[in-house]
Amino acid sequence: MIETLLIAFIKIVIVLLVLLTAVAYSVYAERRISAFIQDRLGPNRVGPFGLLQPIADVVKLVFKEAIVPRNANKPLHDLAPVISLTVALATFAVIPFGNTITLFGEEVKLIIADVNIGVLYILAFSSISVYGIALAGWSSNNKYSLMGSLRSSAQMVSYELSLGLAVVGVIMVTGSLRLDQVVMNQTNYLFGVLPAWNCFVQPIGFITFVVAAFAETNRQPFDLPEAEPELVGGFHTEYTGLKFGLFFLAEYAHMIVASAIITTLYLGGWHLPYIDMIDVSPMLMSIIGILTFVIKVTLVLLFMIVIRWTIPRFRYDQLMGLGWKVMFPMALLNIFITGLILLLLQ
Amino acid sequence: MTFEEVFFYFLAAGAIVSALLVITRRNPINSVIFLVLNFFFLVALYLTLKAQFIAIIQILVYAGAIMVLFMFVIMLLNLGDEKRLTDRVTWKQFVAIGLSLAFVMQVLYIVGFGETAEMKTMSAKAVDIGTVEYIGKELFSYYVLPIEAISVLIVAAVVGAIVLAKRKFD
Amino acid sequence: MLESYYPIFLMLGIAVLFSVVMLKASTLFGPKRPTDEKYTTYESGMEPVGQARDRFSVKFYMVGVLFILFDIELVFLFPYAVNFYELGLFGFVVIWIFLAIQLIGFIYEWKKGALEWD
Repeated sequence: MIETLLIAFIKIVIVLLVLLTAVAYSVYAERRISAFIQDRLGPNRVGPFGLLQPIADVVKLVFKEAIVPRNANKPLHDLAPVISLTVALATFAVIPFGNTITLFGEEVKLIIADVNIGVLYILAFSSISVYGIALAGWSSNNKYSLMGSLRSSAQMVSYELSLGLAVVGVIMVTGSLRLDQVVMNQTNYLFGVLPAWNCFVQPIGFITFVVAAFAETNRQPFDLPEAEPELVGGFHTEYTGLKFGLFFLAEYAHMIVASAIITTLYLGGWHLPYIDMIDVSPMLMSIIGILTFVIKVTLVLLFMIVIRWTIPRFRYDQLMGLGWKVMFPMALLNIFITGLILLLLQ
Repeated sequence: MTFEEVFFYFLAAGAIVSALLVITRRNPINSVIFLVLNFFFLVALYLTLKAQFIAIIQILVYAGAIMVLFMFVIMLLNLGDEKRLTDRVTWKQFVAIGLSLAFVMQVLYIVGFGETAEMKTMSAKAVDIGTVEYIGKELFSYYVLPIEAISVLIVAAVVGAIVLAKRKFD
Repeated sequence: MLESYYPIFLMLGIAVLFSVVMLKASTLFGPKRPTDEKYTTYESGMEPVGQARDRFSVKFYMVGVLFILFDIELVFLFPYAVNFYELGLFGFVVIWIFLAIQLIGFIYEWKKGALEWD
């Protein structure tokens, strides 16, 4: 009992440290990439290539004044960013970031909590993240904030349906809600050559899921909650210092978690195709698994960043129209096609 | 006390305290927050009973969808934390108090007199029953008609919601 | 079984703790130089007009209601999808009758214009 909790504690601390570092450097990556796309230089003064910029940013935020507007609801104003960040970090608990590793003669599963409702856990927590944004907007008592948070809640709620429906296809193929099972199922090969990743098995579901995941993380082209030209900063207009920092952290943590989920559900998770054809030691295999996972997540993350700086923003009615009139029927269609094909193959 | 008992009493206390906070807050938004907190304690309690599917649905549907709508409605009506909501004591409140007391008596009766040895031990089947797999098998073999009936019910609710808000679209 | 969930509780605890520490740090280390203007809500540099918490479009409420209803539909799909292979053709027919009834509601909603934003 105590031992399992201790192992879990160590895993959590390592994962959180890696996750937070990754968050800091994805901010840096985003700034450098956007600079490159817009023919600028980006942060390059602090440390070599500006690599210490994230640290400078955090230090700056810590020493900023924490302002809560007079009309705001102080307790809720404080609570909102805590919810946002907690939810983003906690979602990572069920994502397998490797197979197993044998350390000090003990086999450790590379997943924080190996529960048999992993997929539902992810969906449940992504539905909770609405509270952070809705409360931030409402408690600020600012018109821009409230508008932003309302839009955002309606948007997240709408795309959550497509998200859930798209996942149903994956579960039908896998026959389990365990995420390690989902990854295991993708270690096979289609026609003996192509890795049986779910993005090849069900392309419609994959596209639906990726688009919905973008909308869930409030990223461009779905970043209407903070659409700067019309809503100033959206739901975090009235946030300063580290409280703003918490929202910022939460946004990037959400992005990383979303990339990890996409990787796990559709891109084969920690499995490197064709590696099992070569004879490697189990230890090396575990390390290759972790590295594969990290590389895949990074690539998805970079894709998300590049999309943000190349695609213009939707109009709100277009956004809701896309969510309900295109994504929702498409996800249903995916379930139908998947079911039909699987039944025919049986 | 074993670790699990300590855990249970912690969760039970948390559920009761958060439930009390729900009904004593003046600001309805705060009540919503505490109700969501209460749901989380309930979820953990469901997990101690090995009911995994119910537990996760409690978060997915209740906390993630129904309470979001509650919050929307409270924001939509802009109730604020006005006292006027609680000023008058009407007959409805007496009925509510009466019903609550009756419920409390029931619970006390069950805990005090109705408890048998059977209720104290968990049946071996419980582990199975709580899983999504088991529920799915039961639902789609023995409860086919109720499922289709639920579908009709949901459609009725969709139509009802649209009719209620219809003036806006015409 | 429950034991597999303890790490999640632990993770939630640590995540909350981390967020709260960050929250407190900002009030602890930041300067406090209150001025009257600083504590008014931002409204493009103007004096704020009225309260922000005004009534808003019933559309948002509609989306909320429709979301709940379709979310419940979604919840029934998971127990089905997990048992997809065992249930076979029979399950597929059952679930598609279920979904077809839902689709009627969805088409009604579409035709009634509940999905339009103006």
